[in-house]
Amino acid sequence: MPLALSTDNLAKTYSNNLEALKGINLKVEKGDFFALLGSNGAGKTTAIGIISGLLKSTSGEVVIDGLNQKKHVNEIKQMIGLMPQEFNFNPHEPNIEILINQGGYFGIPRKEAKTQAEILLKKMELWDRRFDVAQSLSGGMKRRLMLARALMHKPKILILDEPTAGVDVEIRQSMWHYLTQLNNEGMTIILTTHYLEEAESLCRNIAILNNGVLVEQSNMKKLLSKAKRQVIIIDTVEKLSENIEISNCDCEVIDENTLQVSQGEGITISDVISALKAQNINVSHLRSSQNRLESLFLSLTS
Amino acid sequence: MWIAYKTIVIKEILRFSRIWVQTIVPPVITTSLYLLIFGGLMGSRIGQMRGIDYLDFIVPGIILMTVIMQSYANTVSSFFMTKYNNSFEELLVSTTPNWVILLGFVSGGVARGFCVGAAVTFTISFFVEIKIYSLLIIAVTFFLTSIMFALAGFINAVFAKTFDDISIIPNFVLLPLTYLSGMFYSIDILPSFWQGLSVFNPIFYMMDSFRLGFLGIGSVELWKAFLVPIFMIIVLAFAANFMLNRGVSIKTE
Repeated sequence: MPLALSTDNLAKTYSNNLEALKGINLKVEKGDFFALLGSNGAGKTTAIGIISGLLKSTSGEVVIDGLNQKKHVNEIKQMIGLMPQEFNFNPHEPNIEILINQGGYFGIPRKEAKTQAEILLKKMELWDRRFDVAQSLSGGMKRRLMLARALMHKPKILILDEPTAGVDVEIRQSMWHYLTQLNNEGMTIILTTHYLEEAESLCRNIAILNNGVLVEQSNMKKLLSKAKRQVIIIDTVEKLSENIEISNCDCEVIDENTLQVSQGEGITISDVISALKAQNINVSHLRSSQNRLESLFLSLTS
Repeated sequence: MWIAYKTIVIKEILRFSRIWVQTIVPPVITTSLYLLIFGGLMGSRIGQMRGIDYLDFIVPGIILMTVIMQSYANTVSSFFMTKYNNSFEELLVSTTPNWVILLGFVSGGVARGFCVGAAVTFTISFFVEIKIYSLLIIAVTFFLTSIMFALAGFINAVFAKTFDDISIIPNFVLLPLTYLSGMFYSIDILPSFWQGLSVFNPIFYMMDSFRLGFLGIGSVELWKAFLVPIFMIIVLAFAANFMLNRGVSIKTE
């Protein structure tokens, strides 16, 4: 698969001697939905800043769609749409003007930019607020405005830095749906998020940064398969005795109708349910105690 | 590039038009007060300056002072605010070249200088009959002055870190230099030491050519009066463009 983005030994040391990136080699395939994860201060925003042209790297190369970033500045800027973590628009400007101006900065004629702004504002359910100033929007609306702005020039690669922070569940779901639709249409999406379930459900490939070092880069499914043990919480119909045993699993009775089971390698949820059934215990509900990606993330970054 | 330039200029014009109570009304009120106090009340006691009624004499100075302050204020406040709220990143991630960004902001300053200057001139016309000796000299001086001070405001904004930093230069440098440029007097009446010192004040040259354009009287040759702001514009434009290209105080080092 051809690459949409690659970095070669990308490093950044700030003037205060903080080494934010220590020579990372990222590879993102064309059309990928890619998660770039890391705890606070891991270097995600620095990496995104360099890739999108907001920051200068100390050393290393960035190649986008086969073009070296230092030699093809404008071609690369045209290909990238950035939705940053922090709100970075003029809060006193009407929302529609923010989008039209962004189109103008990319050379889109005003009339065409107005049409594109209308499409995106309607898509983001902000059309009714188009003449309001940006500061009057709620946090979630501001995020959607920034997403719309990032899409104004129809980029090939969309970089999203914490896109759903502060967004309510309903809007988050609709944003996920829209992002998936964009990805299905061929757009490469790079996502950083603190909601690991968001990365798990949306992304096909993943990279994890820790203290400026790339500690993992792989396919999401492969990575998740590394998580050997999954902990599930089971609500039972019958009352539980103090000692419940399931082969190759660790069981802990939490209360008379709740059991926590840590699945051993090769044990499926069906095996657990069957084992309980054999002990005359029926399952009413079950849920995952901890997100698998979260467990892996913690083990890789701690 | 033309579309990006046009976008920045339209944005700038809309910005200062939206806040017209802050940008257009105060200079109009200040001008009326100047004319009432210096022209109406004190002017009759002063009499004439270089053979011109005092009220007529100060008119070009009042208009040019407005142009200087407004051109400067527009770029310094607008560019500082884009840094302050990080909206400059909208331009940084775009394909707009740095020189177009600079040209756009400077044009915004020139536009505000023109709009407020025109509003002030209109206000003055209620107090005094405005005389015009050469519209061409007035127009050239206006453009050179507004471009120069819009560029200076831009550079001030690049270095400014707080709101105080954007008011220090206008209050402590620009205003005194404007008052000492011969706005209310002719430098011919100054002692020779102060006359000699005045030639180091760049605003003096612009004030002189602007007054020549309105009243037909000047103290220095016209080419000299135009050369000083042209030289300053070249220096300031190179400096501002260099800073933008280096990302001074815009890109985190």
